[in-house]
Amino acid sequence: MQIQIKGVRVIDPGNIEGIRDIRIKDGLFEAVSEPGQLPDVAEASQDVNVIDGQGLIGVPGLIDVHVHLREPGQEYKETIETGLKAAAAGGITAVCCMPNTNPVNDNAQVTAFILSQAKKVHAARVYPVGAISANLEGQKLNDIADMKKAGIWAVTDDGMPVTDSQLMRRTLEYCKSLDIPVLVHAEDKRLADGGAMNEGLPATVMGIKGIPNAAESVMVMRDIALAELTGARVHFCHMSTAQSIEAIRAAKAKGVRVTCETAPHYFTLTDADIPAYDTNFKMNPPLRSDKDRAAIIEGLADGTIDMIATDHAPHAEDEKQVEFDQAAFGIVGLETSLGLSLDLVTRGHLTLIQLVEKMAKAPADLMGINNDIVPGNRADLTLIDMDTDWIVNPDAFVSKGRNTPFTGRSLKGAAAFTIVDGRIVYTRSSSF
Amino acid sequence: MRFTKKDILDIDSLTREEITYILDTARGMKEISQRAIKKVPTLRGKTIVLFFQEPSTRTKLSFELAGKRLSADTVAISKSSSSIVKGETLRDTVRTLESMKPDIIVMRHSSSGAAYQVAKWVKCAVINAGDGTHAHPSQALLDMMTIQEEKGGFEGLKVSLVGDISHSRVARSNIIGLSRMGARVTVCAPGTMIPMGIEQMGCTVAEDMDTCVTDADVVMMLRIQKERQGSLLFPSEREYAALYGLNPARLALAAKDALVMHPGPLNRGVEISTRVADGEHAVILDQVTNGVALRMALFYLVSGGTKHADSN
Repeated sequence: MQIQIKGVRVIDPGNIEGIRDIRIKDGLFEAVSEPGQLPDVAEASQDVNVIDGQGLIGVPGLIDVHVHLREPGQEYKETIETGLKAAAAGGITAVCCMPNTNPVNDNAQVTAFILSQAKKVHAARVYPVGAISANLEGQKLNDIADMKKAGIWAVTDDGMPVTDSQLMRRTLEYCKSLDIPVLVHAEDKRLADGGAMNEGLPATVMGIKGIPNAAESVMVMRDIALAELTGARVHFCHMSTAQSIEAIRAAKAKGVRVTCETAPHYFTLTDADIPAYDTNFKMNPPLRSDKDRAAIIEGLADGTIDMIATDHAPHAEDEKQVEFDQAAFGIVGLETSLGLSLDLVTRGHLTLIQLVEKMAKAPADLMGINNDIVPGNRADLTLIDMDTDWIVNPDAFVSKGRNTPFTGRSLKGAAAFTIVDGRIVYTRSSSF
Repeated sequence: MRFTKKDILDIDSLTREEITYILDTARGMKEISQRAIKKVPTLRGKTIVLFFQEPSTRTKLSFELAGKRLSADTVAISKSSSSIVKGETLRDTVRTLESMKPDIIVMRHSSSGAAYQVAKWVKCAVINAGDGTHAHPSQALLDMMTIQEEKGGFEGLKVSLVGDISHSRVARSNIIGLSRMGARVTVCAPGTMIPMGIEQMGCTVAEDMDTCVTDADVVMMLRIQKERQGSLLFPSEREYAALYGLNPARLALAAKDALVMHPGPLNRGVEISTRVADGEHAVILDQVTNGVALRMALFYLVSGGTKHADSN
């Protein structure tokens, strides 16, 4: 199958910025040319899918480095198939899945299972992330090289952060020799102390136990110190606090090899936005104060925050329709990420080029893959319609998860086409 | 005035006028409990379910007596006697309860916000009898009723609130209610028990107990939960009592006619000394008496009591 895209505005930072015609063949970009230079495809040819790119923006396939696909083990929340299709619907061509499945992705067999399941689905790609310690218990290092061979590109204990600083040091040293990054869910569980939302006035008013900013930032600071000690690559997940951003900014200035991501809800919402005990606003880290939200936006704008990831965490309805303190942490994000992030551009916080860096290029750099739009490269491409207005409706989600705090929110901009491996895996229907 | 609230979930959702109206209604109810035959037919045929998922003696009994004195049928279920122990969710439990057509559900729950959620899930009236560390509206209202009885009003009164503010729904509801009615509320506790942002709820935080109590018109002590000893909130009861206990010497700093209040149960010798608890300033038992009247008023009002008044 071939795809020909005519007259699309391409934004591929450091590579292309301008109107191009693109031809895709056999899974690869075959030609990327100035408009009108590619020979017209014979109209009779049924084998060629022609897309009028006028009004669309073509960017390297978006990558979400922090996603929970739930399979194996919790298929009632999400499956690899529904998760990857939801990603495609959100304009995302590749996701990195966290290891907290059941069984945990702490060995090569589970990694291989995930990849084989993903192969059956014509949607986004998956790049599995392995666990640091056996069963995420923070005791014993896994056979990380074995998992790397099977297909992981990074390790993390995600929601069960490594408290043992010695284990963390050894993990960093070991992963440095394997040349893979370590992803850090920065949380001191003792400081978080079973809290369910941000520590601050709204939590005090609601009588909900608070999670202080320091629960995140002390671990960020520890792992910056360990990154400095070991020279390993550390990537901080879903940053939510001003203090973390400040620490990472200083570490980067010093030349420590750290990167970080934030999620759309941290630059969109604050703890003051939580409607009375609405569990769809409960996630970890929690929605913070407006001061933190401003610091996140500032960090995105000045480059301290390298990328945007969703921490897509689908849950079944009955895990959310319970008391606030007992409800599961997490919200879905794959299908709202692009729309919410484009709002940063609309509001003038980021340029479109910066946004493409944060949603496509920086993730690729972290993962060590090349997603430039150049002939010969794998054809992963997102075509964005910047002008489409739509309203978030969880019932229309492809994901099994409906747990979003953004229900009813008006967004501008969405993926019109998502192309993975030279195939159209998502087309936005005109009915929206 | 017409009282139109279906539910009593917290103090924050009540206006100053509504609070005044509830207190006025409660004063009228108080007399019923002083009669030889302590029963009026007002809520005959109404069903009240007392759904208590946390241990409670006085609050539950108070609500139950309030219902019975208004001739309502009251049924009590507890956590251990409900299907919660079989793994049923709160939502399923209360929707099941509702299917038996009660008029009012009174609920106590260990999770903050539970009453809010239940009020969304059911159509009958919901009265929050304490949810986690969030709110205990009937307690704050009976406290206000007691203060009003003794002091005539709230404007300009200095009310000191001492104890574990962080974990106290009584404190939160009183801070909001009393400040809304014009009192000046000062709180005091070790830093471990002062939640972030509490000043913005309408109170000031005193540096120490003596400052807090000085010139107070009302000293409200909160129960220190013994099980929290050693949990990093405070080192020992002995040290807590020394720094934050109300004893005669401290009470002497307060206004001459100061009231001493406590929502109970008391930890004598910890947050309050026996001499103070049993002394002439204490109105602790009046609070309990007023509790029944206040809860009768709540039942009457959420049952559409004022609609009756209007039509008569």
